[in-house]
Amino acid sequence: MLKKLFAPLAILVVLSLIFTACAPAATPTPTQESGPKKLKVFGAFATPIEEPWDGVIHQALLKAKDAGKIEYNYTENIGYSGDMERVLREVAEQQKPDLIMGDAFGNEEAVRRVAADFPQIAFAFGSGFGPTEPNVAVFDNWIHEPAYLLGMLAGGLTKSNKIGVVGGYPVPEVNRIVNAFIQGAKFVNPDAQVMVTFINSWFDPAQAKEAALAQIDGGADVLFAERFGVIEAAAEKGLWTFGNMSDQNSLAPDLVVSSAVWNMDPTVEYLIKQVEAGTFTAQDLKDFSMMGKGGASLAPFHGTESKLPADLVAKVNARMIEIKKGVFRVDIDEAAPQAVN
Amino acid sequence: METFLIGLIAATLRVATPLIFGTLGELFSERAGVLNLGIEGTMFLGAFVGFSVASLSGSLWLGFFAAVLAGMLSGVLMSLLTVRLGVNQHVSGLGITLLWTGISLFGFRLIFGEPSIPPSIDPFKALTPFGQTPVLGPIFEQHILTYVSLLLIPLVWWVIRRTRFGLDIRAVGENPEAADAAGLDVYRIRTLALMIGGGLMAAGGAFLSLAQLGAFTYGIIAGRGWVCIALIIFANWEAAGVLWGALIFGGVASLQLRLQTMGFKLPYELFLALPYLVTILALMIAGRNVSAPASLLKAYRRE
Repeated sequence: MLKKLFAPLAILVVLSLIFTACAPAATPTPTQESGPKKLKVFGAFATPIEEPWDGVIHQALLKAKDAGKIEYNYTENIGYSGDMERVLREVAEQQKPDLIMGDAFGNEEAVRRVAADFPQIAFAFGSGFGPTEPNVAVFDNWIHEPAYLLGMLAGGLTKSNKIGVVGGYPVPEVNRIVNAFIQGAKFVNPDAQVMVTFINSWFDPAQAKEAALAQIDGGADVLFAERFGVIEAAAEKGLWTFGNMSDQNSLAPDLVVSSAVWNMDPTVEYLIKQVEAGTFTAQDLKDFSMMGKGGASLAPFHGTESKLPADLVAKVNARMIEIKKGVFRVDIDEAAPQAVN
Repeated sequence: METFLIGLIAATLRVATPLIFGTLGELFSERAGVLNLGIEGTMFLGAFVGFSVASLSGSLWLGFFAAVLAGMLSGVLMSLLTVRLGVNQHVSGLGITLLWTGISLFGFRLIFGEPSIPPSIDPFKALTPFGQTPVLGPIFEQHILTYVSLLLIPLVWWVIRRTRFGLDIRAVGENPEAADAAGLDVYRIRTLALMIGGGLMAAGGAFLSLAQLGAFTYGIIAGRGWVCIALIIFANWEAAGVLWGALIFGGVASLQLRLQTMGFKLPYELFLALPYLVTILALMIAGRNVSAPASLLKAYRRE
């Protein structure tokens, strides 16, 4: 008898475990506070929030929430197989947020289809395409400017005149960062050779590390980690390295000189103001992710500065001021870089 | 040229290590008659448990053995589903992969929160048995777990081919009815094989988080478990074949990364496809004579 009961029970237990594991993680409960009505913002992410790109958006929204500016809920790991449209519709109908943010990469059509049916909600999504009237604004990580500055540092630091870059896929978002990095390196050091390896994955740090080690075997003595895993290779060999997307100094404090940092705070601040004032329009929010408005920056040197040539640091700082003032423009080149430049 | 070859050989051994662990794990499972598609998730679980325990306790070895233990428990779960309950092996395996992927990410957040940069620990240091000797020095500058994986090849061959236990495993994988009639406990032997297999798979995952990276991230296994599923066919379910399969795949994977840095004017996709093309080619050649365990995928019910 017991044995007969055991089988279906065991299946039930396992199935329930599987379903809880697959379900999107619970969203934090909105804060219940009295006072003026806060803007309701919803985050819709295709990947887990540990993924650095979506993580930047999530962190900026969390910051706005902690500052008491918005109510914030989110769903993550929605994926690329049709769930985005369902999630967005459910949220738009049931929670009725004022603003929905997230990443539309791989879900570009779905986001725009839902937005067309809910014109009273503002949609602001990371996207490789343009804004869609009347209510889809787009943004992207425009960190080619700090990448250019990192390139300058790399060009000045290399002794072998060989620099390695490991990237995910040669898509426009990655290409413009890598190309700007190469430009910066060539500007300081015309003899510098930049090797670029793509690992064909957004997240395979073990493979990224192997790619970096292969570049080191090929003579590279400075590495730019467009992806995770490269800094581990630099740390093992004691080489200068640079991070991407967030300040990655803590991964190897003595060796990570700086990072190209994307910061969504200016975009989020601007969106909150626009939606609250009722002046939100479908637009490309690109400028808010660039250095001029603080959406992109060079991470602090964290004490590696003392070991860098002073004239190189001065040169980089001067160029940084020019970029911020708008008197120097870093070219946006979205063509796939060569393997060796 | 010399640095190129030395670097290539050293990289091949590093890349092959998790594949050897994983494929040997799959060998135990499949030799006993169970296709374990939970391998990808079990490796992920191993990477997570290994990193978490090592990070909290400060001991890399404690982390490694905790990972192996977790992998063995994963084998027990797989056995419960497919051996005791006779659930379809494909469904159970994929379910387990989803389960461990979800639970590991959830557990990671419980322990480490939501940092924007993955937390890291000091990984295993590579051993240098030949010191600074040219050629041999850099080639054999490998992690101890790489040496362990290489030593496991003859050990597994010996267990499967030369011991009573190995004979029992093969018997329940080929003809469970006959094995049962001969007095073997089919359920027990299959469960043990799945436990050993799960432990080995988790060890492969732990190698990535504890030796290769010193960090655990989302996507750390990146399909290596599925590569093992192909390698076991290439290996014809033999330990020696596992070694060659892992070395060929690891070798071509390392080679393509080096070719990319040399500036050939070829699309990079071609290089990336190389390891898979070679694997398919090797499967086509080796696959003509493969003989899968006769009772693979068949649940055994006692009359």
